[in-house]
This record gives sequence, structure tokens and C-alpha cells, in this order.
Amino acid sequence: MNRPTLAVLVLSLLALLLASLVLAVTFGPADIGPLEVWQTIGWHLGLVAENPVSRLRDAIIWDLRLPRVLAAAVVGAGLALCGAVMQALTRNPLADPYLLGLSSGASLGAVAFLLAGAALLMPLGAFIGAAAAMGLTLLVTQLLGGATPTRAILAGISISALAAAATSFLIFWSATGDSYREILSWLMGSLSGVVWPEALLVLAALVLAGLPVLLSGRSLDAFAFGDTAAATLGVDVGRLRWWLLGGTALLTGILVSIGGAIGFVGLIVPHVARLVTGSRHRALLPVAMLLGASFMVWTDTAARSLFEPRELPVGIITALLGAPIFLGVLLRYRRIT
Amino acid sequence: MSVGLEVSGVAVQLGGRAIVDGIDMVVPAGSVTGLIGPNGAGKSTLLRAILGLVPAMGSVSFCGTDLATLPRRARAQFTAFVEQNSETDARLTAREAVMLGRIPFQSVWQASPSADDLSLAEAALAAVEMTAFADRLYQTLSGGEQQRIQIARALAQQPRLLLLDEPTNHLDVHAQLATLDLLRRHAQAGATVLLALHDLNLAASFCDSLVVLHGGRPVAAGPPELVLTPALLRQVYGVDATILRHPGTGRPLIAYDLPG
Repeated sequence: MNRPTLAVLVLSLLALLLASLVLAVTFGPADIGPLEVWQTIGWHLGLVAENPVSRLRDAIIWDLRLPRVLAAAVVGAGLALCGAVMQALTRNPLADPYLLGLSSGASLGAVAFLLAGAALLMPLGAFIGAAAAMGLTLLVTQLLGGATPTRAILAGISISALAAAATSFLIFWSATGDSYREILSWLMGSLSGVVWPEALLVLAALVLAGLPVLLSGRSLDAFAFGDTAAATLGVDVGRLRWWLLGGTALLTGILVSIGGAIGFVGLIVPHVARLVTGSRHRALLPVAMLLGASFMVWTDTAARSLFEPRELPVGIITALLGAPIFLGVLLRYRRIT
Repeated sequence: MSVGLEVSGVAVQLGGRAIVDGIDMVVPAGSVTGLIGPNGAGKSTLLRAILGLVPAMGSVSFCGTDLATLPRRARAQFTAFVEQNSETDARLTAREAVMLGRIPFQSVWQASPSADDLSLAEAALAAVEMTAFADRLYQTLSGGEQQRIQIARALAQQPRLLLLDEPTNHLDVHAQLATLDLLRRHAQAGATVLLALHDLNLAASFCDSLVVLHGGRPVAAGPPELVLTPALLRQVYGVDATILRHPGTGRPLIAYDLPG
């Protein structure tokens, strides 16, 4: 099988992502061209001395649209990375932060902190929730008799349902009026109203948790034939698993605290990337991240512009696209589930 | 012959039961040693204990170094293991599966395999006669072909200590003989090779020495012609057999006497 070299792939996907970012900013009620986007970015980064774009349009581009588009890219990249890593670590082609209950756990943690009045600590709450949900899912999988993809998914679904019920209870009990609607939309996965500090928070999380994970690519390859094989190839299986699962829980938690529970991205993007790169994680992880970033930029753009002026939670779109692909993966792997 | 692998007092308990019970043995470097014994005798568990893959008591040293004191990665640079069954859902080609054997030698920052890695993988593929299959997806290979790829993966690790669990499983006669011959040549080049085998005639004709396990304990050890006696086969396997000599090699040849 001939595969394109990693450098070519990464460079073309980077170009695609950059073009997507700029084009996505031009979508929206105010008519803005790609040139204005470049000019605004250049001015804010101090690359050009004068901003030819009017104050109002500058505000629309820089304050309103850019943080959201950037956050979408980061969330997409992060979810794809988490999905690819979880699929490798659990040798489960159906693993994904959403299906294994992490996203629901993160939502519960975030909502609990929000309603307790600690809105600023929502990312922390989401991380605690995600880690707890991951721990419970793994525990239930063990209780079911050891890890198979089906058992992990069933465990994930039950933990997810539990966390979702608790979240609904909390919201029903304490939220009122506008905040009710806002929380609901966020729960379904929405990047609506993302501001710079939030975009920078997810970016920092992606760099801090994502880079070490990217570097573990070759160790993940060693898992292709299971834990024993990985150990005989020099991988400290126990330690690596804890580090990577902890890293994915942290990243998922922070992504969910900003973008809500956006499903299926972590599942489908790695599968698509694998068609190009095969299972070598040194190539798969960066390709999945870049692909996930562009994918999320466009689905989020669709979410806010398809039914203008009404906005759709982007989680609905990813689920509409993702659920059929999930079924496809299920059918393809039916012999092992 | 220098001492390669030294196992002393190795014991493994699983669920309160002793699977391997106080094993002492010495496997000389530069030779092939066969581990034989009935199902459940503890062959696989002993191999795993030697590699530190299951919690075990006792000590294992190789060329004077206690293996337990070495980090996993350092161990993986001179030991390799071929499991009985190796399955994957990963989309790997045969060549990529062999390349996994180079992981212990690659740095975290290295983006792609070095020229050395590539040439060692090609040599390993050629050694198991699988060069023509290198670009096929691993899952599309037959059981025997997959087994040979696993052996090639182990060879790509350039192991001075090579452990194999039933490496001739799934193989046809030609591939069985070719594989054992390959292991013998690897041993003659200086490596220590220890393999669990079911087929006693293969063990008798290829191994320089045998260790017989029964109920988690070693009951006999030595060259095949001394170890394989009718009395031992009766005791360990509960079968009656006549031991013949191969007219060409003089090696033991086991003819089973059918019951009744």
C-alpha cells in the first residue's frame, strides 16, 4: 500500500485548516471578505501599522467571529486526538470521549460548578466530572468481565445516562428563564458566544495536554497487538495508560467546559484519518487533529449560518453526521463486538 | 558454551494457585532450548515470568544481569517474545508490523524510521520468506503467515534472548522446518533461544536441549536423547511410546503406541 509521506499530508492539511479558518470568518450576517480577515489579523498581531478595516467590522471579525472559529478548530482537534488515543489504548474502534461517558461526566461537573456559583472554575469541574466518568466506565467494564468494545460502550452508555440524569435534575431544580435555555444549548454542544479568554483556554489545554500525547505516538503503535506485546516492545504499559487516560480526561473536560458535549467527532475523524495514514500513530495523531480542526470549523459554521438568524447547537450537526458513520463502524467490526 | 539465561526459584501464583512452582534452570547461549510439557504445565506462564510480564517470585538473569533491575525499554533492546496468538484490529501492513520491532530503538523525537530500521525490517522479512507479502494488510494474511510476520518482528529487535510460545502453531510442515532452522541459525550466531513446543518430534530434532515441565515443576532437563524416554512420556503425558533413532541424524524419533 502506498501512503503519502507525513510531511506532505500535514502541510496540505495545515493549508486546508488555514483557508477554512479565514473563510469561516467571512460567513455571517455582515458581509466580510477574506482580505479584510487577513488585514484584521495582521493589524492585531502587529504585522501592519494601520488597520484599513472599519472599527465595527474589525470588532465583528476580531471579537465576535475569530475566537469562535479558533475555538471550533481547537475543540475539533482535541476531540479527534482524544478519540484516536482512546481507541488505541483500549483497542476499541468505538472508543470516543462522548460514547464512553466522559463528555456527560464533564457536563455534569461543569453544570454543578456553574450552578454553585463558581462559573470561573467550570473547566475544573468538567475535568473532575470527565475523570470520574472515565474511572466509572472502566470500572463497570471490568465488572462486566473485562474489556471488549461492546462492554465498554454499554458501560459508557450507562454512566452517560446517569450523568445526564443528574445534570438534568440540577438544571431543572436551579436554573430559570434565560440561563435555562443557554445551558440547554451548551449541553447539546455549542460554541455560541465564545470569547477570547475561552478560546485561549482551550488552545492552552490542547498544547499542554496534546503535545505530550502526540509524542507518545510510537508507544501507541506498540499496543497494536495488545498489552503484552507493548510491554515486550519496551513500553511501561501501566504508567503510559494512566498518563494518557489522565491527559485525555483533562483535555476532554476543558473542551466540554467551553463547547459542551459535542459528540462523534472523536469517533469519526480518527477513522477517516486512518484510511489515509493507516494505524501508525506518529502519522495518525497529527492528521486526525488537523482533520478534526477543519471538520469542526465547518460544522460550526454550518451550525450558525444554516438557519440564520437562528442558531443550531453544533452537537446536533455532528450527531447527524456521526451517528450513521458510527453504525457503519459497528457493522464493519461486528465480528469483534 | 557460556551461560545465557539463568532462572532461579521462579514461581508464579494466579488466583491462589501455583502455576509455576520454584523453577531453576540454565539456558546456554548459542543454543536452542525447548520447553515441553502437557497443556497447563506452565510453559507459557514461565516464558511470561522470565520476561517480567506476570508478577513472579525468584530471579531471572541474562549474561549475569538481573533482568528485573533493567527498565522495560532497555530489556526490549535485547529480548524479544513471540506470543502464541497475535491479533490486531489495526490497519497495519506486514512490513509495518515487522517495523514495530524497532520501537525500542527509536527516540521519542524521531519522526520516521532510520535507514537501519528499514534494512533490518527487510532482512527480517526475507529471513522468514515473507518479502513478497510485505505490503499486504496484516489481517489479510493466513494464520501461518501472521505467525511468520511475528517472528520477523521479533528478529527485527535483534534479540540476544529470544523467547517464543508455540512458534510452529498454524504453520505447515515446510514453514515449521524453515522456522525452526531459522531459530537454530539465530542461536548459532550467539543468541539464546527458548521456545515452548507441543510437537515432541520437532523438539527432538531441532533443540539442543529440552526442559520438561509437569504441573509447574521441571521434571527433566538435558539433551533430547537423554530426556525423551518411554518412562518420562508415560509419567508426564500418560502415553506409551517407542523411541526410535532417526537413521540420518541419530536424533530420537517418537512412535506413539496407540491405546488398546
